[in-house]
Amino acid sequence: MTVLADSTSSSPLHFAQYFLDHSSEDLRLLWSHTWLSVVPVVIGLLIALPLGWTARRYRWTYPPIISITGLLYTIPSIALFVMVPPLLGLDTLDPLQVPIALTVYSVALLVRVVADGLASVPEDTVQAATALGFRPVERFFKVELPIAVPVIAAGLRVAVVSNVSIVAVAGTIGLSNLGQLFTQGFQLSTPDAYYPPIVLGIVLCVLLAVVLDLAVVGLNRLLTPWRRAVPS
Amino acid sequence: MIRFDAVTKRYPDGTVAVDSLELTAASGQITVLVGPSGCGKTTSLRMINRMIEPTSGTIWLDDTDTASMATHELRRQIGYVIQHAGLFPHRTIVDNIATVPFLLGTDKKEARKTALELLERVGLPPHFAKRYPAQLSGGQQQRVGVARALAADPPVMLMDEPFSAVDPVVREQLQDEFLRLQQELGKTIVFVTHDIDEAIKLGDQVAVLRVGGHLAQLASPVELLSRPIDAFVAGFVGRDRGYRALGFTTAGTLSTRGEPTVTLGAAIPKGTDTDTWLLVVDAQQAPQGWLDLGADFTGHETVSDELLYRGGTLATQGGTLRAALDACLSSPSGRGVVVDDGGALIGSVTAREVLELIEARETERQP
Amino acid sequence: MIADVVTWLTDSSHWTDTKFDTGIWTQLLAHLKFVGIALAIALLIALPLGLFIGHTRRWGWLVAGANALRALPTVGVLVLLTVIISPHFQGRTDTGFLIPTEIVLVLLAVPPILSNTYAGVQNVEPGIRDAAFGMGMTGPQVLLRVEFPISLPLIFSGVRSATLQLIATATVASYLPLGGLGRFIYDGLAQQDYPQMIGGGVLVAALALLTDLVLATIQRYVVSRGITRRFSSKQAVPDSRIAAVHETDGAHA
Ligand SMILES: Nc1ncnc2c1ncn2[C@@H]1O[C@H](COP(=O)(O)OP(=O)(O)OP(=O)(O)O)[C@@H](O)[C@H]1O
Ligand SMILES: [Mg+2]
Repeated sequence: MTVLADSTSSSPLHFAQYFLDHSSEDLRLLWSHTWLSVVPVVIGLLIALPLGWTARRYRWTYPPIISITGLLYTIPSIALFVMVPPLLGLDTLDPLQVPIALTVYSVALLVRVVADGLASVPEDTVQAATALGFRPVERFFKVELPIAVPVIAAGLRVAVVSNVSIVAVAGTIGLSNLGQLFTQGFQLSTPDAYYPPIVLGIVLCVLLAVVLDLAVVGLNRLLTPWRRAVPS
Repeated sequence: MIRFDAVTKRYPDGTVAVDSLELTAASGQITVLVGPSGCGKTTSLRMINRMIEPTSGTIWLDDTDTASMATHELRRQIGYVIQHAGLFPHRTIVDNIATVPFLLGTDKKEARKTALELLERVGLPPHFAKRYPAQLSGGQQQRVGVARALAADPPVMLMDEPFSAVDPVVREQLQDEFLRLQQELGKTIVFVTHDIDEAIKLGDQVAVLRVGGHLAQLASPVELLSRPIDAFVAGFVGRDRGYRALGFTTAGTLSTRGEPTVTLGAAIPKGTDTDTWLLVVDAQQAPQGWLDLGADFTGHETVSDELLYRGGTLATQGGTLRAALDACLSSPSGRGVVVDDGGALIGSVTAREVLELIEARETERQP
Repeated sequence: MIADVVTWLTDSSHWTDTKFDTGIWTQLLAHLKFVGIALAIALLIALPLGLFIGHTRRWGWLVAGANALRALPTVGVLVLLTVIISPHFQGRTDTGFLIPTEIVLVLLAVPPILSNTYAGVQNVEPGIRDAAFGMGMTGPQVLLRVEFPISLPLIFSGVRSATLQLIATATVASYLPLGGLGRFIYDGLAQQDYPQMIGGGVLVAALALLTDLVLATIQRYVVSRGITRRFSSKQAVPDSRIAAVHETDGAHA
């Protein structure tokens, strides 16, 4: 590690001082952590939408699609990290292995969410839209998808929040993100406990999770203005 | 016997759902609570088995103050049927029915045997026993709900709109069977409905509640129809109450006149010029419909099905005045057809004759 | 590379302990031990609590609080607890590392079990609860004979998701000097022995899939068919037309 314990205090409460002492390095870690938490979910959603739609539209595809994605979701993240490169013919420790694994995860979680979200659209509404002359694709984007937004948003919240924690796991196998603060803290803690980087990592991870969660909530509100019109 | 003695229920938010209610539900009879939505029917009913505790007043079950019993003991003696049956989805039908016997510690085999008998009693085939509630239609589930309430043979049954979630045809079947069952069992039943027709059909006595939980009138169905106590009850009972009241008055033996007939399949008779309508019966003398002799019969030699006018209802000798009058009004010839219990033709009456009978009854009743 | 991984996995000397290396079987057992202890503790805490909160509808904030725990980065908490706790256990035992690991695992497993149990009980149709009380069941009887069996599908999905997270996170325990299947991943990484590292990943994945399969099978037998609606084709759910026919049959029976 390039970073040494140059702060004098090892008190847990001095994580802010630690952050100021290493701000450029920490911001870089925070930035890459954010990037790793968000981009795979977005790509995952883009892949999950057509899959979820297919599972809904052609009922016979629902069981296979749901069981395969369910199976993928069962595989522990760290196992997926190390298995992705050989399966896709990448170098071991390729920088893409983690984003790819996280995308697979997001797809696995979101396909089901999208399918269930579309299933939550009342059949009457779909029929009415068809009767009004919407063609299937048009109906999907203008009627079914907007109504499914709340359910999909709930799934997205789970996806981003758990991603923040999973990305930190990737830090333990050498990727540069907030997880490295834990590795640093762990290594600096012999023989005596040195808390600041560890606490800083936890604080930044929680903040990131909360901010991303709120962002999804806000996006959901923005996309479903009609829900606020409901008398309370 | 269930007796409400000055029972009041005030909910924590201040709503007075039931206001010093005095009411006695006689043993072996059906007492119906009826009234507009929110008038406190459900609240009153649920205070009997203490699903809701009264704010003040006492509810007596025979000679016991219900408040003095442990709630679960009390409830095990009282059958309880609710709107959507509330069956346990994870238990088979037979085990649903046997719920209370199981709770009471009855031997499992014994309890299931009784449950199977009850299943048949409420009109369901025995192979339903092993099914789950999700495999039954709404009406069938409701029958199971009734069977479940009967399982421990409780002397008292509480029913909260048990038939209101099924379609009208099924509802009528359930009501008819319920009455038949009650004739055999003679339970003390308190029955809640917001449907005045159901109340009048099922009740031995009917309690009309008004919003705010006041008892407006407690009376037998006939009395309710003929003498509503005030404008509210009159309005609630409805417009055609006079006509419906006839449903409770037997016509006695109607003096009928003979009605010329033709048998289905016989040759079409040539114009007797007195009347254009001729009654058609089958080989067993059961009326089938009317034949319009003035019609054009080209292409037809014999009296066949498609020539018949069927609309008319039949009155049974010994039936109600309402049925007799309806038979006249619904008959194309203006003559109401009267049959015996076996469905065979006796003769016919006219609306005028039935009305004279009704007037005679009225003068009898009002000296 | 795939071939190398297969070779590593099929080499029987990797499965049993040798003088220098701990074998796969031993690490598998260690892994299962971490998971088993944590799962048992989490069940003991979360199941009764979830049932209680769902039944009484009190203390709902506890569920929200437990769910907020999910935002904590597992690795961070693991390291923090280790740094705090392990110095108190100097010596040859693993206890100093085992305790923080189990705490983290329990923290991880409680929220899904708790919130699913709570949601399961809470979502039991009010009419069914009402009928249960109305027939004279006591509170505990309603909970155990009605609400619990009806919530089983949701409870199981909570337990399954908790177990999967435990298996995944127990891997990270090898990041500390502890055993478990994660050992192969971290050792492989450190020694640049990539077949071993990837082989470890495959083992963890296989364990997760197998465990979930076992739990799914148990669920299948434990949950009433009346709830799963897995009916044999002969007595399928009646569509309304068939129901109407039965209805009339019944009336004239
Ligand atoms: N838990 C409660 N808290 C406060 N008010 C209540 C509660 N339950 C019922 N009420 C009020 O008490 C009154 C009587 O309610 P109740 O359910 O007895 O009516 P009901 O006659 O059964 O009506 P419906 O025909 O609609 O079922 C209503 O005004 C209702 O809003
Ligand atoms: Mg009611």
